[in-house]
Amino acid sequence: MVGMGTCGLATGADEVYEAIFDEVKRLKLSYQVAGTGCIGWCCEEPLVDVCLPGRPRLTYGRMDAHKARELVRGLSEGDLKPQWAIGLLTGFENPLTDIRTRYAKQTAGVDGVRRYEDLPLFRHQVRWASRNCGVIDPSSLEEYIARGGYFALHRALHAMHPAEIIAELNHSLLRGRGGAGFPTGKKWELLRRQDVTPKYLICNADEGDPGAYMNRTLLESDPHSVLEGMIIGAYATGATEGIIYVREEYPLAVKRMQEAISQAEKAGLLGDDIFNQGLRFQIRIVKGAGAFVCGEETALIASVEGRVGEPRQRPPFPVERGLGGKPTCINNVETWADIPLIVMRGGDWYAQIGTATSKGTKTFCLVGAVKNTALVEVPFGITLRQVVEEVGGGVPEGRKFKAVQTGGPSGGCIPESLLDLKVDYESLTQAGSIMGSGGMIVMDDSTCMVDIAKYFLTFLADESCGKCFSCREGLQRMQQIVTHISDGHGCEEDLDLLEELGWMVRETSLCGLGQTAPNPVLSTLRYFRDEYLAHVREKRCPAKVCKQLIAYRIDPTVCDGCGACVRVCTSEAILGEKKQAHTIDKARCSKCGACMEVCQPKAVLVE
Amino acid sequence: MPETAAIVEGVLAGFLERRENLIPALEDIQSHFHYLPEEALRTVSRRFKVPLTQVYHVATFYNCFSLEPRGRHQVRVCLGTACHVRGAQRVMDKVLRELDLPASGTTPDFEFSVEPVRCLGCCALAPVIRIDRRTYGHLAQSRVPKILKACRTPALAAA
Repeated sequence: MVGMGTCGLATGADEVYEAIFDEVKRLKLSYQVAGTGCIGWCCEEPLVDVCLPGRPRLTYGRMDAHKARELVRGLSEGDLKPQWAIGLLTGFENPLTDIRTRYAKQTAGVDGVRRYEDLPLFRHQVRWASRNCGVIDPSSLEEYIARGGYFALHRALHAMHPAEIIAELNHSLLRGRGGAGFPTGKKWELLRRQDVTPKYLICNADEGDPGAYMNRTLLESDPHSVLEGMIIGAYATGATEGIIYVREEYPLAVKRMQEAISQAEKAGLLGDDIFNQGLRFQIRIVKGAGAFVCGEETALIASVEGRVGEPRQRPPFPVERGLGGKPTCINNVETWADIPLIVMRGGDWYAQIGTATSKGTKTFCLVGAVKNTALVEVPFGITLRQVVEEVGGGVPEGRKFKAVQTGGPSGGCIPESLLDLKVDYESLTQAGSIMGSGGMIVMDDSTCMVDIAKYFLTFLADESCGKCFSCREGLQRMQQIVTHISDGHGCEEDLDLLEELGWMVRETSLCGLGQTAPNPVLSTLRYFRDEYLAHVREKRCPAKVCKQLIAYRIDPTVCDGCGACVRVCTSEAILGEKKQAHTIDKARCSKCGACMEVCQPKAVLVE
Repeated sequence: MPETAAIVEGVLAGFLERRENLIPALEDIQSHFHYLPEEALRTVSRRFKVPLTQVYHVATFYNCFSLEPRGRHQVRVCLGTACHVRGAQRVMDKVLRELDLPASGTTPDFEFSVEPVRCLGCCALAPVIRIDRRTYGHLAQSRVPKILKACRTPALAAA
């Protein structure tokens, strides 16, 4: 099995797949070669999983075509190549059926290969929403069903009244996984009570947060779980039409989703008479056209209607007046994927883990300065420290943890002192950040917080739709001030002005984008004020990032005069004779960093 | 250009002329030409009975549309957060230097168009660029020239 998500493909999974396929054919082996979704072990891509009858399943990381061929040859001769294996799986939990699929009768392992349950990356995970990711072939409806798929729908249609389903959702305390955390059961209840028809369901897959790809992975790796959730939603709320709104940047997700929809239609799981129970429901895909603000529900609706994505005043909420003025319920991809679980196992079962107000699990994209960059699913109530240090494996050697940024561009940066915070909607908000859709970007001491604030402000000022004056002008003004500080021209009064502007934008903007846009600045000002002060008082960038405040230099005691830097320097700023220490002409240097990247003895320094 | 008109007509034939199909229709036209020619906007406005100002509003609001002609290869440099903290800006600068562009835009020979993009969703592989349909991860500045060279149209590369 080859992991064929976008990440896998970007690292050459297609070549690995072809190599394996080829080699199996050449050696006339009776192996089945399959593409699967993404198990979330992103830093080890491309991944290959091997499952021989009666043996545990082995995962091989960082494969390439050459290694893949050799692996197949090895397997055919009984050599499991344990030296390349990074994990061993004796079986899979299936939260839907509570059955553990076992690959091997004996639990004997393979020498030197660690079991998944012993790996810190997987030990803390509870994979509910992502139960099938990396386990099944996403383009196979049969494999989805074999994992208990569509059983929940069958049960809902045959044995449950719509009101019972909503009651279970209320018991589960499931809250919107898109970030705002509105109780899903309540939203469905409101839609159910509307007597206007038609009613719509929308799956929000406009995952615009940079640094987050949970939704992409779910759509690519387990499209049917989202469909099943939506069909159950249709039954519970009386909606007849569903729309999946996907970002245009996710071509593979669109393709897999499209495949899944036609499979479901053919199988009678979508259409006019679902499961022969008279339920009528259609789903179509709408591609976004690239606008961050369209993740906001009223803007998303405007975009589906063919207009520019500008949010409007709520109330009326979309459940009263949504798409085309008709009642519409919008939920995030992950929320939809959680639905079959709750229907199957009951709300109380779902609510058994979590904190008082946030139940169940949440997927996060753990990226940035951590050893294990990965897509993980953890129970609510886990501490940030556990996520960063254990699941993520901490920051790479020689670096120091600085902050973890949650909630995308509208989130905040949480410092080390708050790492013992339990992850749930409320505690993150109290810390000045937000849950958001699940991006978690770890930053080490090579990240400048002023630069990060500038980055997010540039993003948000760009993506502000321009409707509200305060967001449009306020963010631009804040961006100018932070750029000024980053260039070394700021003064201390600027910090107060930034705070004042931030509060103003937060209080006077119409939609979620504007109301949370100042978070990156306000949270960095709150926790990392000393870095701002270093920029304004000493005109110094402690992390050595802000271009105007740094200079490159070559350490003459380390430089061996190999000339690699001279060849890459496009501004002809590096001088020196061969085999003698070189120097950088600061007046000419464009600070591109190319020399630092190629210098083997690490003689290029930033100061 | 009668050719443009024929292609636009061909694309529009696949759509019911309802407002909700405006964006999908523009997306299809964009994927044909890599940009939205003025003529296409006028045709769309007429056929969909949507004022040209509103078509223009939509075409300039969303990031995926361009009113300027673009090159044969679309180079999208991810400037998402994870890429940013791993030096995406330096990769961007390198791509621009390599193609001799002062800022994001299209090369004079219409071979490449470079644009920043906010997250391609491959954050674990940061920094990332996507050229046409192919995504390249774990990029270092030094890999950029080779990747761009491999993408060049053979006839132009020789010249």
